[in-house]
This record gives sequence, structure tokens and C-alpha cells, in this order.
Amino acid sequence: MALVDIRDLTITFGQHEAVSGLSLRIERGERFGIIGESGSGKSLTALAIAGLLPESAAVSGQVLFEGTVLPDDERDMTRLRGRHIGMVFQEPMTALNPLMTIGEQIEEAIRLSETSEIVPLAVSALLDEVGLAPGLAARYPHQLSGGQRQRAMIAMALASKPELMIADEPTSALDVITQRTVLDLISTICRRRHMTLIFISHDIRAVAALCTRIGVMRAGELVEQGVTGDVLRAPVADYTRELVAASRMERRLRSSASLNDDRAALLRVEGVGRIYRQSGIWPGCGAPVRAVDQVELTIGTGECVALVGPSGCGKTTLARIIVGLDKASDGRMVFDGTAYDGSNLPPLLRANMSLVFQDPFSSFDPRMTIAQSLGEPLHLLGRISGEEREARLREAIEAVGLKAAMLARYPHEFSGGQRQRLAIARALVTRPRLVVLDEPVSALDVSVRGDILALLARLQAEHGLTYLIISHDLDMVAAMADRVLVMEKGRIVEEGTPETLFAHPEHPLTKALMAARLPEVA
Amino acid sequence: MGVSPMTLFLLRRIAGFAVTLFVAALIIFLLLDLLPGDPARFILGINATPEAVAALRAQMGLDAPAHERFLNWIGGMLRGDFGISSTQRLAVSELIAERMAVTLPLTMIAMVVSVVVGLPIGILAAMRRGKATDTALMVLAQTGVAVPNFWFGMLLTLVFAVTLRWLPTGGFIPWDEDAGAALRGLVLPGLALALPQASILARVMRTALVDVAEQDFIRTARAKGMTKSEAIWRHGVRNALLPVLTILGLQFAYLIAGTIIVENVFYLPGLGRLIFTAISERDLVLVRGATIVLVVATTATMLLVDLCYGLVDPRLRRQGA
Repeated sequence: MALVDIRDLTITFGQHEAVSGLSLRIERGERFGIIGESGSGKSLTALAIAGLLPESAAVSGQVLFEGTVLPDDERDMTRLRGRHIGMVFQEPMTALNPLMTIGEQIEEAIRLSETSEIVPLAVSALLDEVGLAPGLAARYPHQLSGGQRQRAMIAMALASKPELMIADEPTSALDVITQRTVLDLISTICRRRHMTLIFISHDIRAVAALCTRIGVMRAGELVEQGVTGDVLRAPVADYTRELVAASRMERRLRSSASLNDDRAALLRVEGVGRIYRQSGIWPGCGAPVRAVDQVELTIGTGECVALVGPSGCGKTTLARIIVGLDKASDGRMVFDGTAYDGSNLPPLLRANMSLVFQDPFSSFDPRMTIAQSLGEPLHLLGRISGEEREARLREAIEAVGLKAAMLARYPHEFSGGQRQRLAIARALVTRPRLVVLDEPVSALDVSVRGDILALLARLQAEHGLTYLIISHDLDMVAAMADRVLVMEKGRIVEEGTPETLFAHPEHPLTKALMAARLPEVA
Repeated sequence: MGVSPMTLFLLRRIAGFAVTLFVAALIIFLLLDLLPGDPARFILGINATPEAVAALRAQMGLDAPAHERFLNWIGGMLRGDFGISSTQRLAVSELIAERMAVTLPLTMIAMVVSVVVGLPIGILAAMRRGKATDTALMVLAQTGVAVPNFWFGMLLTLVFAVTLRWLPTGGFIPWDEDAGAALRGLVLPGLALALPQASILARVMRTALVDVAEQDFIRTARAKGMTKSEAIWRHGVRNALLPVLTILGLQFAYLIAGTIIVENVFYLPGLGRLIFTAISERDLVLVRGATIVLVVATTATMLLVDLCYGLVDPRLRRQGA
């Protein structure tokens, strides 16, 4: 008897069919991965198993758990969920109650499962199982790191000794190193407890590393399922083939210009530091934080430099200082012969650099048309004529492969990939020389990442752009960058071309980053 | 460093409290000082000789330089001396204390009633979101906000005092004569004051709770094995109380302002009416004293709200922000 047996499940919201006719059996002890892009219905499928679908959803078909149809009564379903299913969600910061210590929250899960006798002992045992010190039970979620929070979340999911654990994108909000350790932890626990796992992800490599069987979902349908190795080695569905192909990043060909070693320096960062003082008026209440510490770097014209490091290492702060959104506490930058410290960047120089943000959804004002958003940086150029403005907007939007007619639309009318194209168009509108890209593809679905990277490469060749890419995705960096800088605690700790750096990492952080890489599939 | 974050948090709040009070006192002093109209001239009438006015000004200490008068005023208040009312010829501190015995309990009653009525209504509406109960309660709350409290006061008097004769129509019997009667005299005005506040609280509570119910951690609580309402009750309400606390602090100030009208409707000898008459009779010493008392009460409430924030939200304790 299968632990979970889904028969012809259809979930509709109004007219929209989010999951259509899905049938799936998950055997006891199996680790089943569901792969799909955002909106493919993978999370809804998981929520349906746990009886947690939103009330606006209309459901047909059946979900059987241990051979019994899920109860309709809310209280019965709640009890089943509490005792037999553990869940881990994507964003551990918002998934934990900010006003309760993690100990209290784990304790509550134990009480609700009504399985354990001695609660305090059980809490520390659970913390120990997920690799957290017992003392952390007294901490509130905001006092923990992202990885620790996700561990606490896993401890909570394990409290009821569930038969089934559902993990919905449990690592996509974490940085590479933490992602790897959390994946390993889930894998170890599943093995030790002989627990069945449903693992939902858009990251085919994470699924491949963890799961025994996988299902591929697209637009609400299960297009393929089977044993992990078979599906990835010889995919049957076209879509699976595309996904597998997109997960590999090919090293792009270098233009002759970028191979030239003695190019002129476009940007020099000289001993730049940034200190944040903690909470103001009372003296001695918290040591100042050095977010960026004595950074020296040079970026040549036409070069693509990548800055990698774990979250909180100061890479985004450094980028903000370079483009003038923040002020360096000490040191200075020299851009094309002009020195500045961040805040005193003259507008015309500012027009020569632009920034592309990670999340294309939140980086556009929803109440402005695309033309208005894209036109905003043009004020840096002083007074320009309406025709000139028009021409610039058309040039920018066509450069990223979209149509000029789209300028009249609003951000919500575009997909994630299109929005990131628009963000790039906005960065190009002043015809800058340096473009700083802060995690340009990490919020995008795997299948569009390749397109965006290809676009960036083409733009660089056509317009002679210089890139500073900030990322923790080593494969993307290896595919794009001429030179890689590794940053830790505000300092640059290692530097080199991707080939040499990744083949012979010297600094412990670089080694750790390399070790955390998930193996290529098939 | 040796100072715990909680102590630091407290110190910071209390320092803020002191600074606010000082600035408020300065503003009150300047405003009343700059106000046109000479209190001495007002007391003596327009036919008084300039010499008589000058003599009275000297007697009232009005001829000293401004900063000296300000410091004298502050110093006096710290000793409990708020000056002598120029119209009633009595110590302002005594006048205020006597009236506070009416206004403070009245405000407290209104506060308690609005919390006890408003919060449960808001919670209930949020739990039954989109259903008939929710709509009905919110229409009720909307009406409560719209109805002026003096009109509601008159309505209450008509029903409970005139028709049913359960409670007095107005007036106040001092606490030391008959405490029961004093309390009964405050019930209707308290309800009239509480109505709009309860309605606002209900709406804020509902909105906050509906927002919180969408949060991920409510889903987590349900995943742990709680029903939706259990999850909202156990995890949602406390989180939703944060915005409610802010409103509660602001409401205290509105309540005190509201007493001016309600005390007139119910003919209560409260602080509101004292200030009202003092302003119309240009009794600046009394106005100044009464205003500063209101400022202290409001600022103290804000301090209390801030401290409650610290208790409820562990994130604030650490940052002390």
C-alpha cells in the first residue's frame, strides 16, 4: 500500500486550473522529488496532501494517506497532519512566529502530536538531531541565522515523529554552503528515521542529490515521473530535457577584447571600508560592524568581474557604495579618472553606471508604466528632448529583445523573465559603461536563467559593457566571469580566473563554496 | 558593557519621556505667553487704570523676563505648585486634583469598555472573515465610528435614565459622599465615550488579525496540527496586538479630549469642563496647569505603550529601537 496515493487530483481557482488530473503514488520510505517552475502547481499538490489548500480552491479527485481518503472534517484532518505529516517551508524567517522562542514553538509541536511524554527532554533531543545546541531553544527566530532557523523548522516538523515529511523549497532562501548542509541534514534524517520525503524544488540538481524518484510538473500536469537516475539520464518528455539542459551552464566564449590583459582600468576601488554603528545615542552599546573592510579591486574596461561570498559577507554593501547608493566610511573609488566616495558621485558619472537588482518583481513600481520606470534614470543626463527620450527608451527595450509597444504596459503584465529583461533595459537606458548585477538570475526560473545570461553576454559584446556580477551561484559565475573575487566578512580573500580558482581553491571559504556545489545531473 | 538590553531599552524610553515633557512644557508656555490679551487687564476689566494693571502684573509675576517665568513655572510644578487660578483664586493643583477624581475614572471606564468590547468583536470578525457575522460586525463598527458621542450620550440618557430610570441623567455625587452613586454617575458618560473608540479598536484588530492570518507562520502552526482558528488564536492574536497597542496609546489622548464634550452633556464637574471654562475666562494659569497635566497623562500612556511593545515583541528589546 502506497503511503500517499493521489488519484486524478484537479485544483481550480475560479476559471483557472492550477493542477489538472494529477495521479501519483508515493511508496513508504521513498524520497520523492517534484520539480517544476513557479506556477507549475507543485506546491499546491503538496498542500493538497496536507489538507492545507486555501479556501478559495475547488478540489476534485482523491488523496489517500495510508490507504484512507483524507478526512473532510477540519479537526480530523488537523489531527492527521499533526501526527503523521511534518512540513518544512521555503522562508524560515516568516514561517516561524517572531514572538515565540524556537523552544516554545518546538514544544508546541510535540504537545500537538500527543506522542511524547517528557517535553523538555524531547526538545533538546530534537535540536540535537538537527545539529543545534540545546541553548538555542531560548532564542527567538530573529536571533538565529537563516540556516539555524531552517534547522529549527525541521526539528519542529520532526516533533510528531511523522511518517511523511513535505519540504517545499526548503533551501532556496539559503546561501550555497547552508543549502548543502541543510540538504545533507534532510537526507540523513530521512535515512535514519526511514521517513518518506516529498521534496519540492525548482532546482533539478538539489532534487537529483536527494531523491530516489522524481516527478516533473509543468502547467499543472505531471509530464514525467520515474527513478531519478533514469529520468535525468534519458528524459522522455521534451520539457524534462529542456530542464536538464538548462541546469548545465556552458562556459561562454570569450571575445578577444576580454582576453586582452593590459586594458585600461575603468573602476578602481582603493581601500574602501563601510562601518555601521549600532543604535545611536548611548555610548558603548554594541561594537560597530565592519560590513566592508579595506577592499582593493580594479575592474578593466570590457571585463566581467564576479564577486562571490556567503550572505552577509558585504558584497551587496560594496556594490551599493560603488554605484553611489551608500557612502564609504574610508577609502575611495576612482571611476574613469574621477575620484568619489559614494555619496558625492556626480550625476553624469552616475549615468555611466547602473544597477540591476535580484528581484524583478519588487524592483518596479507597480503604478508606473514601463516607459515611466525605464525613463527615470534619464534625468541624470540633464534636459533632453522628448524625441531623444523616446528614442532612448525604444533602443533600450529593443536591446533586451522586447517590443517598443510594451512600453505603455504595467509591470504586472509581464512574466519574471520579461521583468528582468526590463530591469536590464532600465539599466541600459543611460548607455552606461559599468553595469552592476546583484544576483541577476537567482530569483528566476531555471529555464529562463540561460536566456538572461545569454542576453547579458550579447549586450556586453555589442555595447562593450563592463560587468560586476554579485552572486553566490558558482556555476553562473564560472560561465560568465573573466575574473572572480571571493569575499568573506567584508574582505576580499581570494582572486583569480574561474578556471584556476575553482580548480585549485586556496582559501577555506573558496574550498567550502566548491565543496557545497551540487553535482551536475546525469 | 554590563547593561542588559532590556535595561537599555527602559532607560532610552524614560529619557525620551523626559525630553518630550520638557519640550511640551516649553511649547505650552510660549503659546500661552504669545497669545494676545493681557490676563491682568482681563481680570480688572477695560476701565482699570494702567497703574492698577501694572501693579497686578507685578503681583502675578508677569513683568519678569520670559525665561525666568518659565523656570519659575517649571520649578513650581516640580514642587507641586501650579500657581493660583486668576479667576477662582484657588490653587490650580487643588482644582485639577478635584476634577481629576471625575475625569480619570471616566477615562479609565471608557478605556476598559472599549478594549473589552472592541477587541473581541475585531477578533470574531477576523475569524469569520467574509461571512455574514463579519459584515454585520463591521457595519456596526462603522456606525459606531460615525455616531457623534454627545448624540449617543443623549440617546443613552433617554433610554437608561429617562425611560428605564436605572441610572442618573447627569451630575455627579462626590466619591467621599457616596462612592456607589459616583460610579453610577460615570457609567453612561463612560459608555458614550467608549463607543467610537471600541469601534475603531474593533476595526484595527480585525484588519491586523486578517493580515497576520495570511502570514507563513500561521500556515506552519496549522501544519503542526492546529485548526485554522486555533492557529489564529494562539499565534495570530499576539502578533496582531502590536498595531492595536499603538492605536490604544493614541486613543487615550482622544478620550481625554472627548471628555470635554461628554462632561458637558452629562453635566459632570470634570477636567474637560474646567479647561473649557478656564479658556473662556482667559484664566491662563489654570489653562497652563491643566494642559500640562493632560500632556503628562498622554506622554505617560505612550511610555506605557512603548514598554508593552518591549514586553510583547522580543525584536524591539534587542535593538532598543
